Amino acid sequence: MPGPADLPRLHAHEQSALLQAGELTSRELTEAHLAGAERDNRVLNAWLTIDRERALAEADAADVRIAAARADGSLDGTHPLLGIPVGLKDLVSVAGGQCTAGSRILEGYRSPFDAHITERIREAGAVILGKTNMDEFAMGSSTEHSAFGPTANPWALDRVPGGSSGGSAAAVAAYHVPLALGTDTGGSIRQPAALTGTVGMKPTYGRVSRYGIVAFASSLDQIGPIGRDARDAAALLHAVAGRDERDSTSSPAPVPEELLTLPASDDEAVAALRGKRLGLPREYFVAGMEPGVEQRVREAVSMLDAAGAIIEEVSLPHTEYGLATYYIVAPAEASANLARYDGIRFGPRLGNDDVLDNYLTTRGRLFGAEVKRRLMLGTYALSAGYYDAFYLKAQKVRTLIKGDFDALWAQGFDALVAPTSPTVAFRFGARMADPVAMYLSDACTLPVNVAGLPGISIPCGLSEGLPVGLQFIGAPWSEAELFKLARGYEGLTAGADWRGLEPAELAAASDPATPAPLERLAAGAT
Amino acid sequence: MATLSRSDVEHVAYLARLGLTDDELTLLEGQLNHILDQYTILATLDTEAIPPTAQTIELENILRDDVAGPSLPTEAVLGNAPAREGDFFLVPPILTERD
Repeated sequence: MPGPADLPRLHAHEQSALLQAGELTSRELTEAHLAGAERDNRVLNAWLTIDRERALAEADAADVRIAAARADGSLDGTHPLLGIPVGLKDLVSVAGGQCTAGSRILEGYRSPFDAHITERIREAGAVILGKTNMDEFAMGSSTEHSAFGPTANPWALDRVPGGSSGGSAAAVAAYHVPLALGTDTGGSIRQPAALTGTVGMKPTYGRVSRYGIVAFASSLDQIGPIGRDARDAAALLHAVAGRDERDSTSSPAPVPEELLTLPASDDEAVAALRGKRLGLPREYFVAGMEPGVEQRVREAVSMLDAAGAIIEEVSLPHTEYGLATYYIVAPAEASANLARYDGIRFGPRLGNDDVLDNYLTTRGRLFGAEVKRRLMLGTYALSAGYYDAFYLKAQKVRTLIKGDFDALWAQGFDALVAPTSPTVAFRFGARMADPVAMYLSDACTLPVNVAGLPGISIPCGLSEGLPVGLQFIGAPWSEAELFKLARGYEGLTAGADWRGLEPAELAAASDPATPAPLERLAAGAT
Repeated sequence: MATLSRSDVEHVAYLARLGLTDDELTLLEGQLNHILDQYTILATLDTEAIPPTAQTIELENILRDDVAGPSLPTEAVLGNAPAREGDFFLVPPILTERD
C-alpha cells in the first residue's frame, strides 16, 4: 500500500482498484491530492480554486457509495471514477461555485446550475478537487491570457504549459489529480497535453454535451479528458459522453463501451496495432517545426511501423488554409457568443449609468487583450460588406478541409498519425507580442476542429528535456479506435527511459524560494 | 483584401461594444492588419462551386418534446445581477425625454 506522498503518482485505475479493495478511502486519496495541489499552487498557478471542504464532502459520499456497493455485491469494477479526484477547467458550471472562464468579466459570478458534464461526474462519483486555470474564454495557446496570471509548466517553470486548458494539463502532470476535463476549440486540450507530457483527447464534435460550459466558438468547441494514460482518459470520456437534450448538437450515437475495456496488458495493446492502416500527412511536418520534435514523432511512427501498423504518407492538400479559416470562423462565432457579457444580468457593471457607456466600459475594461482582439476580428468578419469575403469564404474552405479528411476515410485509413504541436513548451512571453506566432502553435490541431473530428495527443518522449506529443486523428465517432492506438503506443514504449521520468522541475514547485509565474514575468520584463 | 484604417478600427470597436483606449486602438490597427494579411491566402482558392459548411455532423431537426419543466428559481437567476429591483434586473433608462 503506497504512502500518502505516493498515492497521487498512481493512475486512476490503480487508485480505483485500491478503493474498491477497501485498502484505501476516497477521503485519504483526496487529502493526498489536496496536499499536493495546495503545496504547489503558488508556483504553478494551475488552480483558480481548490475547494477542500466540498472535495472532502464528496469524498466521504463516495466512501459511503463504495461501502454500500460492497455490501450489496454491486462493486464490480464498472465505476472506475468512484472516489477519484478530478479537476474541471474554470468554464464548467458547478452549482454555487465560481466560473470565471479566466476573465475579470465573470469575477464574482456563481453558477446557478450544474453543467451536464458536472452532473455526469457526480453520477460517476468522482470528487471535484477544484477549477483549473485557462486562457481567458479559452482564447490562447499558453494560459498566459488568463486574467488571473499564467500557469507554469512543471517540466520547466519558466515555460508555458500550453493552452487554453493549461491549468488542467499542468495539474495532471504535477500529480494534483489523475484526471481533468478541458475544452478544445482549436487544440486547447491536445496542445497542452503535448507540452506537459500528458494524454489529452478532443472527441468528435457532438460527442459531449456543452450544456453549462462557457461558449467560445459553438461550431468548434468540444469537451474532453486529460489524464496520465490512455485508460484513465478513456474512462473519463465514457463518463461524460452521450446525448443530452439540452445541447441540440449532442449526438445520439452510442458511447462505445470499449472505452472501459482498453487492454491492461502491454502485449495485448501492442498486438492490436498489427494491420492498422495509418496515414502520415506530409503537410503536418510544417515549416517552423523544431527538429527535435520531428525526430521524436518520426521515431514513434517507425515504432508503430515495426509493430505491424501499415504507414502510408498521405496528403491533406488544404492544410495550409486551416489557420486562416479557423481565425475567421472562431472569432466570428465568439463575437456573437460573447455579446452576452453586457453587465446587465451577471458580472460587474462599469460606466456612468448610461446604457451604451455601460456596455463600452464594462466590456472595454474587463475583457483582456486577446479577447478584445478576437472580438474585433470576428465583428469585422461579420460586418456589412465583409461577410461574403470572410465568413462565407471561410465556411466554403471549411468544406474543402473536411473533404481532405473524408477522402482518406473513404480510402480505408484507420487513423492519421502526426505531431500535436510543432514545438515543445516555449518560454513565458516568447509569443505574447506576436499574435500570429501564438496562433501557429495550433497549426497541427485546428484543422481537426474545423473538420469536427476526434484527435488524441499522447507523450512520445522528450526533446531538450521537454515533452513531445504524438497525435492520432480519426474519423467521426472513432474515439475508441484512437484510444486503442494510443494504448498500443503506450505498450510499445512501456520500457522507454522517458516513461519513468517525473516533470523535471516539479520538486521546485513546492520550494518557497521559487518565484511564482507573475513574479517571474515581472522580473523578466525589460 | 481590405485594409483597416484607424476610423475602421474605431467603427468595429463600436459595433463590438468595446470601449478602447487610444493606445489599444493604435496597437489593434497594426495587429488586425497583420492578421488580415494572413487571410489573403483564402482568396487564392476558387470556391465558387463549393457549398459552405456551418457544422460538421449530420444532425437534423433535433427537438425535445414540448413539455414544460422546472425553471431556475428567481433568486438563483437574479443572484448574479449587478443591480436589481425586486424580481427584476435593474438597467439604466434607454428612452429619455426629448430636450
